[in-house]
This record gives sequence, structure tokens and C-alpha cells, in this order.
Amino acid sequence: MKLALLLAGILVLVVLGLLFRLQVLNAIYSGSTKRQIGGSNKVNGLLMMVFLVLGGAAFAWSYVAYHKETLIPVASDHGVKMDSMFWLSMGVIMIAFVVTQILLFWYSYKYQHQDGKRAYFFPHNNKIEIIWTTIPAVVMAILIFNGWKQWAAITGPAPKDSVVLEVMGKQFNWMVRYPGADQQLGNLNYRLIDATNEWGFDFNDQRSIDDLTPSEIHVPKGRPVLVKIRARDVIHGMYMPHFRAQMYAVPGMPTQFWFTPNKTTEEMRTETGNANFNFELACSQICGRGHFAMKMAVVVDDEQDYAIWLAKQQTFTAAHPEVLANLKPAATGAVTQAVAPVAKAAATVLQP
Amino acid sequence: MAADLTNPGVPAEVALGHGQQAHAHAEHHDDHEHEHHEEPWLFKYVFSQDHKMIAKQFLITGMLWAIIGGTLSSLFRIQLGWPKATLDWLEPVLGHWVSAGKLDPEFYLAMVTMHGTIMVFFVLTAGLSGTFSNLLIPLQIGARDMASGFMNMLSYWFFFLSSVIMFISLFLSTGPASAGWTIYPPLSALPQAMPGSGAGMTLWLCSMAIFIVSSLLGSLNYVTTVINLRTQGMSMTKLPLTIWAFTLTAILGILSFPVLLSAALLLIFDRSFGTSFFLSDIYIGGQALSNTGGSPILFQHLFWFLGHPEVYIVILPGFGMVSEIIATNSRKPIFGYRAMIGSMLGISLLSFIVWAHHMFVTGMNPFLGSVFMFLTLIIAVPSAVKVFNWIATLWRGNIRFTTAMLFSIGFVSLFISGGLTGIILGNATLDIQLHDTYFVVAHFHLVMGSSAFFGMFAGVYHWFPKMFGRMLDEKLGYIHFWLTFLGVYLVFLPMHYVGIAGFPRRYYAWTGFDTFSTFADLNMFISVAAILSFVAQFVFIFNFVYSIFRGRRATQNPWNSTTLEWTTPVEGIHGNWPGAIPAVHRWPYDYSKPGAADDFIPQTVPFSATTSSNLPHEQEGE
Repeated sequence: MKLALLLAGILVLVVLGLLFRLQVLNAIYSGSTKRQIGGSNKVNGLLMMVFLVLGGAAFAWSYVAYHKETLIPVASDHGVKMDSMFWLSMGVIMIAFVVTQILLFWYSYKYQHQDGKRAYFFPHNNKIEIIWTTIPAVVMAILIFNGWKQWAAITGPAPKDSVVLEVMGKQFNWMVRYPGADQQLGNLNYRLIDATNEWGFDFNDQRSIDDLTPSEIHVPKGRPVLVKIRARDVIHGMYMPHFRAQMYAVPGMPTQFWFTPNKTTEEMRTETGNANFNFELACSQICGRGHFAMKMAVVVDDEQDYAIWLAKQQTFTAAHPEVLANLKPAATGAVTQAVAPVAKAAATVLQP
Repeated sequence: MAADLTNPGVPAEVALGHGQQAHAHAEHHDDHEHEHHEEPWLFKYVFSQDHKMIAKQFLITGMLWAIIGGTLSSLFRIQLGWPKATLDWLEPVLGHWVSAGKLDPEFYLAMVTMHGTIMVFFVLTAGLSGTFSNLLIPLQIGARDMASGFMNMLSYWFFFLSSVIMFISLFLSTGPASAGWTIYPPLSALPQAMPGSGAGMTLWLCSMAIFIVSSLLGSLNYVTTVINLRTQGMSMTKLPLTIWAFTLTAILGILSFPVLLSAALLLIFDRSFGTSFFLSDIYIGGQALSNTGGSPILFQHLFWFLGHPEVYIVILPGFGMVSEIIATNSRKPIFGYRAMIGSMLGISLLSFIVWAHHMFVTGMNPFLGSVFMFLTLIIAVPSAVKVFNWIATLWRGNIRFTTAMLFSIGFVSLFISGGLTGIILGNATLDIQLHDTYFVVAHFHLVMGSSAFFGMFAGVYHWFPKMFGRMLDEKLGYIHFWLTFLGVYLVFLPMHYVGIAGFPRRYYAWTGFDTFSTFADLNMFISVAAILSFVAQFVFIFNFVYSIFRGRRATQNPWNSTTLEWTTPVEGIHGNWPGAIPAVHRWPYDYSKPGAADDFIPQTVPFSATTSSNLPHEQEGE
């Protein structure tokens, strides 16, 4: 079988080679090699138009056929504005695209070689140059100004009432934590990381003790959400496409991104007609073998459901009481009696 | 044989043998130094100091690399197009990287990384600049050779050495470098993070360090030659646009490659000597590393300080060659010669101050993001001017569709299509969503990948007669062009849809995500188109090899062109011109000048010989 395929392949190549040879000999015999410009000039000129027309039609068709699949639903406040800016910019560049491509192929066809014709000697015209320098410059200025306004709003400080959570990227999954009753995230120290304490919680910091570590992200609809972002091994990319949110997770340099979800998961399920719809957190920056599988589910609840969900989450220390047992002897005894005062004492010791 | 029939006057040994035998003719060094000696084979073909031979060495090495780079892309497109397929049949080629019918995800990343490295550096930098700067600078400015033939030879052999090292890395049991062609640490710094960051990365860094040496030796030579060795009358404003483009390319290389070298050296220190330039607070492989205080983002700044000029290093030679070819084959002067130079200067300058648009979402200060968005979008203006000027050059021309011309028109088309989406990606706000998606992949493959390849093809078809004294077959060229042009659009246009839908790049498979589980059909389509486009390149490779030995003999000036290289003998002798170097009297674009007898006036023709066609200011000039 393999041999037959190989032989067939060789045969095809031999036939192609012979055809090529025949073509060359024919060209020499007919004298076309001596002509500067042969009939193929017309053929190529025509193909320019064929390419323009058929290519343009195929492009238009592909857009109609695929644009539904391409439009990934948006579920954040800034995302809605970003989308309209995207399609506006696409519209602007599409005008430039259509005009320049049509001129390029149309001129190629129209001004193809004709015997006896002479090209028009037209080396420069400063007025035209100024016009077509100014127009793109003005259009760019408008686009820059719009983009800058949005950029400043999106990357500006998060509102005070934001829900705060923190994600940590590691090879190859995401982790998430929420502040506990104290509304504060505790200190982390990467040297304290081990198989149990995957975050590297520093339990000498009282604020760490009530941090919640759920297995998926929940956020309430309609409230700003501030995502603090860390990585513990290599760079990862925190990417939540439906919220139009992306920010690198960089080891040694915490980053953040805030957004306001404006649709609950349930609403999205109705809107998309997909009963299994889920928001997802993906990794967008190459991080190794499992890069393509770094997924965490994200759920947008309404305020009430969110509060219920949050109340059900366990603190890390409750799920892993042994981590407190490993603390320094002085602290350990105290923690078992009353967590708060000791931790406060520890914090005082740490703060000079 | 074609050669004998069309050129009966050519000496038999030249017609029968391949073009390079032409060198057997008497060697001419400087006018005052006539040495008639046969160079030994080793110094004529291997350790040659002749710029034309070095150009061919760069070209052929670049082509071999392009075949490897293309093969890698076909392999990973198979994975992306048919993620569920059993790939047992690849086992004879890929060995242990295919197990149980599945491609190893780490080797997938290795292939993506090596595809990028090979194409950007080895093909489109060395293969493109190395070939055409070498071939055309001395020929078009009227010089006997490069300023330093020896340095030029070293430039090629450093490239060769770096190629050998990179090639060896492909066969390591732990795989070649796999952290993406941008090799961001810590991923690239820590062998614990992925096996490709072990020996593969070490070889990558060594290879690139040597590559940079090669690039610098070449670039310094190009700039020196253009500044010092122009023939009499060849002022800067009489230079063909190719030379302007090559010079600016070389300047960009000189200023930016050393920064990559510094990044590579610091990374070598971090990897091997325990420093912490790019590493901080890392827990990996069950162990907390002692490195603190480094910044992975610093590496990105250093990398992109080269990385962004690099994309212009790749595209500028195309700008130059395409301008030249479009003018020649439209039989018209390039429209706005000075505007073309000005826009290239503008682009070159701007290319140094836009690098951080690759880093909008790295956590960099958002204020910096605003500045870089502003600077980035300004580049659209000189780029637009170039496109308009090319189109205006076609207007009312008398166009001959040589294969080179077709590829030049294709270049402009692809440059428009890919360049326009840069306006989207350069907008920091929109980049939040599109960063590291297939939208980016589609954008840069059109604007710098495919365009630069088209520029290179245009150059090869146009100047093949100057390299080998023979012509490439036009019919095969037409087939090659149309298949490639169609193929490139079929690959990269649909990729925009995939990108707008948010598909992240460098994913081994998207099937794990609900969000990215669409577009299976489109990805398969892209893969088919990519593989067919790659196969179509073998038409060119056949044409290239065949024509070196059996192609139609070239005439001295086959395209009726005005520039100096077409005044040299077809055989391409050492020293370029048998007698004195011709003096230059006019700019290189006197095509279809009213009142002239022919539709082109070579640069060597004085105004006194063309009184009927001189413009008012030219009458006095001579």
C-alpha cells in the first residue's frame, strides 16, 4: 500500500515534469520567449479582476456566515463600550481596506500593458501627498483620543465599593481567594508554599486566617469587581473573554483588573439559548505543557445568590486546621484559644 | 536547450554549465590592480568574499530554513485542524514526541516556538536582508564590493554557525526551546517549568548570540558601504529606494540587536549563574527559589526594544524592493520618491518608540500604555502614505505582469490587509480583549510574515538574472504566485474571525473550553489552506533549482530597468564592472519620460545625451 502510494507520487511528479518540459519547448518553438510581453500579461491582468471580485464576494460571504459565531457575548459594562469601539474602528479600517484594495486591483487590470501605449510620467505631487498624509492623521487622532479615554477609565482606580478577590496562576490551574469577615486579604509569602498551603498564606498575619478559598469564582452582577492577580511560578495571562478582561499574572509583581459584570450566568443562558453556558477564566500567556487547559469556572450571581454562596464558603484554615498547628509554638497554643488577639499580637511584632 | 536557442552567442561552457561558472571569467579587481587568477573552489563558493556569492549563500540557507519553518507550521496546523485525530503516522518523523497517536503538548509548543524563531530571524532577517543587501548594495550604488569583504564573509559564517546550533537543538531529547519565540522568563529561564527550557533554551540563546554577531557584522558593512562607496554622481537623492530601505534596515539592526544581546546575556546569567534579573518570588517544582527582586517585565521591555524594530527590519527591505519593482514594471517613476524616503525615515524612527504596545496588559503602568498607544497609531500615517504612493505609481502605468510584479502587487495587498488591523491592536483599549489571541496571529502573519515573504519572492524573481545569469520560468512563477496569494488569504483571513472570538494563541487544543469549542470547521479549513500553500512553495523550489542550471539565459537588462546593476555583465564578474565604474547622472526612475526615445533612461545616461526629454531644471544640471 505504502509502496503503491510512493510509486503513484513519483509518477505524478514525472508527469508534471514532462508537462513542464513540453511547455518550455513549446514556448521556445512558438518564439514567445523572445517577446517582451506575451499573452500571459492579459491573463494575469484579468486574474487581478477575478481575484478582486471573487475574493471580495467570498470575504462578504464568510462574514455573513461566521459573524454570529465570532461575536462572543459580552457581560461587562466596559466590555459593551469596548465592543462598540471595536466595531466602529473595524468600520473605519474596512472603508480604507475596500477603497485601497479596489484601487490596487482595478488599476493593475486597467493599466496593464498595451502595445504602443506609454505610461504617464507623473513623478510627484506635493498637494496630493499632503492630503493623504493629513486624512489618516486626523482619523488616527480621533481613534487615539477615543481609545485613550476608555483606556484611562478601564485602567483607573477601582471604585471603593468593589468586591475584591484574588486569583493566582500556577502550572497548570488557577486558584482564587476571597477576604473573610475582616474584608481584607492576608499576606502571602512564596517561601511558605507547600503541598497544603498552596497560596503561601502567612498565618502570622491575622488577616490571612479567615481568607476563603473556593474552587470557582463567583461575582455579583452590577457591582464592580476588583481582581487582584498573582502568579507563583511563571507568567500566566488572566483572561475572561466575556468580560473583555485580560491582565498578565506575573511572579513577584501583583497586578489587577477591575470590571462590572452586567449579566448573570442565568441571564446569559437565556440570552444565548445555551442551557450549559458558563463564563470561563482562561490562561492567555504561554506557560508550559498545560497552558491550553488552565481553566476556572466563573459564575455571575445576583446580589442575593452571591451573598448566599459567599456565606457557604469555608475558610482555608477551617479546611486545613493543621496549617495553624505548624505555626510557632507560642502562637499555636494561643490560636486554639482565641485566634484574633494572638494574630493581632503577631502582627504587632511584625510591624516595627 | 532554451539557453542555446535564445542566446547563440553565449560561450558553450557558460550555456551548458550553471550560472556560477560564469565566475570562471577573468577576475577584475580595482582598475589599477588587474589580477587574472583562478580562485580555488573553496574560496570561490565556500569562504567567498564576493558579495554576490555571499548573497547566494544567505538566500539558499534562508530557503532551507524556510522549508523547515514551513514544515513545522504544517505539523502544528495538523494538530489544530484535527485535534482528535490519531497521529501514529507521524511517529517515524517525530519519534517519541508522538505517543499513543497523540502529539506531545510540549512538542507542540516547541514547534510553534521554532517556527517563529526560524521565520523571523533566520528566514526574514538573515535570508532577506542578507541576500538582497549583499547582492544589491554594491551593484546599485556602483561599488566593486562591500567595504569589507572579509567582515561580510564572517557575517555569513557566523550565521551559518548559529544555524547549525539552532538546527542541532531540534534534535535534543528534551526538545528545542519551547517558551514561544519571545522566550519570556521565568518560563524560559527555568528548566523545571518545561523541558524545552533546559538544553534547548541554552542552545537557542547561544545560537541567537552568534546570530546577533552575524547581523551586526553585516549591518555595519552595509551602512559603511552605502555611505562611503557610492559611485561618482550617486548622491543620496539619486539612490534607488532599495538602497534607502536596506540602509535603514541595517541602522535599525545596529541599534536594536545589541539590546536583544543584553537581554539574552542577562537571561543566560539568570539561568546559569544564579542572578535574579528577571526572577522573583517563584515557587516551582515543589521548591521556593531563592531569587528575589528581579522583574520578568524588564525582559519584555528589552526583548521588544529589539522585537519591534525587528518587524520593520523584516518589512523594510520589502518596501524598497517592491517600490523598485512596481516602478520598473509600471514603466513609471515611483510616485513621491522623497515622500517614500521620508515615510521610511519616519517609520524607522517611530519603530524605536512603540515597543511597549506589545505589553499593554502586562501590568505596566497604564500611563505608559497611553503614550505607547499614541506613538503606535502614528505609524499608520507613514504606512498609509507608502500604500497610496504605490497605488499612484500603478495609476496610468503600462503594467507588465512579470512574476516579480505580481508578487509586488500581492505585497501591497497583504500589507494593507495586515497593516489595517494594527490600528485595532495598537489601541490599548481594544488590545485588552485581543492581546494574545488569533487576531494578533492573523495580523502579524499578514503584515510582516506574508508581506515580507512576498517581498522576498518578488526580489528573487526580479534579481535572479543578476544572481545566476538565467531567468526563472515565468509560467511556473505565475502558478506559484496565484496559489500562494490565494492560499495566504485563505489561511489568515478566517483567522481574524477566530481571533475576534477570543481564541488564545499557542493553545495545543481549544476543546477544553466551552467558549472556544466553536470554529472546529474553520480551523480545519485554515489547516488545509496552510498545508496546500506550503506545498505550493515546492513549485518555486523546483523552478529555482531547475533555473539555476537549465533556465533561459538572461540578457543584460531583461526588465529594461534604469539602475546600475543592469549595466554589469550577465556573468557577474568579481569586481562587478569590467572597466571603470560608471558614473551616475540622474535619479533611478526616469521611466516613460516624455520626449525620450525609449521608455526608460538608465542612470548612467547624462542629461546632455537626452536634451529632448530633459525637464527645465535638468538642462542646467549637466
